[in-house]
Amino acid sequence: MVYALCLVLIAIGLYGVVVKKNVVKIVISLAIIEYGINVLLVLIGYRSGGCAPILQQGMTAATLVANSVDPLPQALVLTAIMINLGMLILMVAICIRLYERYGTFDITEMRRLKG
Amino acid sequence: MENALPFFVAIPLGAAFFIPLVSLTLKWVPDLLANAVMAVLAAMAFLTIGQAGFYHMGGWGTHLGIDLRLDGLTTLMLVTINTIGLAMAIFSVQYMTKYTSKLRYYSLFLCLIAGLNGIVLTGDLFNLYIFMEIVAISSYALVAFGCEHDELEAAFKYAVLGTVASAFILIGIALLYAMLGTLNMAEMAVKLAAGGMNMPLTVALGLFLCGFGLKAALVPFHAWLPDAHPAAPAPVSAMLSGVVIKTAGIYVLSRLIFNVFTVQLVPDLFSILRLFGVVSMIVGGILALGQWDMKRLLAYSSISQIGYIVVGLGLGTPLGLTGALFHMLNHSVFKSLLFLNAGAVEYATGSRDLRHLGGLSRNLPFTANMSLLGSMAISGIPPFNGFWSKLIIVLACIESGHPWLALAAVAMSLVTLVAVLKMLKRAFYEEHKPLTVHATEVPVLMRAAMLLLATLCVVLALLVLTGLRTPFLIAPAVDALSTWAGTAPGQGMGI
Repeated sequence: MVYALCLVLIAIGLYGVVVKKNVVKIVISLAIIEYGINVLLVLIGYRSGGCAPILQQGMTAATLVANSVDPLPQALVLTAIMINLGMLILMVAICIRLYERYGTFDITEMRRLKG
Repeated sequence: MENALPFFVAIPLGAAFFIPLVSLTLKWVPDLLANAVMAVLAAMAFLTIGQAGFYHMGGWGTHLGIDLRLDGLTTLMLVTINTIGLAMAIFSVQYMTKYTSKLRYYSLFLCLIAGLNGIVLTGDLFNLYIFMEIVAISSYALVAFGCEHDELEAAFKYAVLGTVASAFILIGIALLYAMLGTLNMAEMAVKLAAGGMNMPLTVALGLFLCGFGLKAALVPFHAWLPDAHPAAPAPVSAMLSGVVIKTAGIYVLSRLIFNVFTVQLVPDLFSILRLFGVVSMIVGGILALGQWDMKRLLAYSSISQIGYIVVGLGLGTPLGLTGALFHMLNHSVFKSLLFLNAGAVEYATGSRDLRHLGGLSRNLPFTANMSLLGSMAISGIPPFNGFWSKLIIVLACIESGHPWLALAAVAMSLVTLVAVLKMLKRAFYEEHKPLTVHATEVPVLMRAAMLLLATLCVVLALLVLTGLRTPFLIAPAVDALSTWAGTAPGQGMGI
């Protein structure tokens, strides 16, 4: 069920990328896709009632493994968030330059390349 | 040699950050440093020939840490990336003076090299995703480098499609991790072979095909390439067309298809690849005919040549793989050469529109000869390297019982010849146009880069002398693809 909601989030983002005409809205839609994937990744490592994967005092490694959630997807998500940040900054910078050149954010008016 | 593997990523990455620090006051540093770095990397790449091994990052074992692995295919890709990169760095010294910020260019260029080397070295799927994003971000920035209307529009289109492709790939990786509980590709292969396919894994494979298909510009996903590749500065176009689409697309696809998911698990995989390949080959070749922009014509022809490579991979036989990998190496050499020629024409005349060019063989005799050589190589005229790799692909098609594919490959070779002849005739022969009367030959370092690639076009043809079925450098790569599946790290690699 929760997995399906992630896919809905990704699908909303894809819809935005395909349908929206404003370049900034397209960038926001891309960000939504990435959020959907990040939530999906965290969910994959989730275990119902699990504890944080930190070795506390008086806890053996075996009990930690038995009770904690999977830490690897969380590390992956942190990395993915940083990558997305870099991508977002670059794309917003391109949007600003596009506005300087074309005087509009409307993608239908940027049609110099075809064929 | 294993201990040197991280330096393929560390050296260019370090230099990429070092260049902006020192070159604000010393203007000559970026040129020198970038060329020195690429020369060292190319030499290191040649030293890896014939070697194999692992490097465990941070000393953790295979299951816990990240592996770098070196095998025949990795060596082939490292040699391609770093040799072409060296030629591009030499070309850039004088070509990039017409742009404003050389130090930012070199910084991005070296990031691109670091990412490409990382993709081919890593044995970990998520690590591969990270390196792929490094490549992607630096190539979006390099496509937008001119900051004019066309460049920005192309970069935006490329960035949106590339990000969607990356998203698909990341979902695929998440599904694989959820099902198999590991990110190491060799361990994945073992678990897949033991457990068989199921629905989520099939979805993941489909997502990978779409995602990496877009990175490789296979035909239904090719729309960004003819915009993005011409918009970039010439050395970057050459790098994108010659190396990036192959590394981020074809290399990763073949690793996944031959080494992780195997054809035993997914019987239809090869016919899907052949379909993608033949459609790309035909559509790219025909669309190239109608182009008037030199670089755009070459970009469409890249799609067509990628089709050849994918058809070769899709045959699945050792001969087909040999042809595909040989063609991958050859295409990166002659396509880079042709893009550099287009860059030289643009440098000399300020235009790459074939309708405004003509008669340049009298002003730029050296560039004209190099173009002629590159064109003959790409359209498969006998003594050059393109002929031999296409011949191997055609032979492999016939040998594995696909005469129609062989016919399509031969026919599209002729179409390629027509397209490049159109470019040659309009640009270099015919009468002078107003734009081309006063053009002069390009500077010496640009000519040196073209000469290096042209020499490679001839030298690579000699590889077939070491055996049509087992060419030097290619045969170990074919072995790596066909024997890797199902072997855990440390087994079956001769270490």
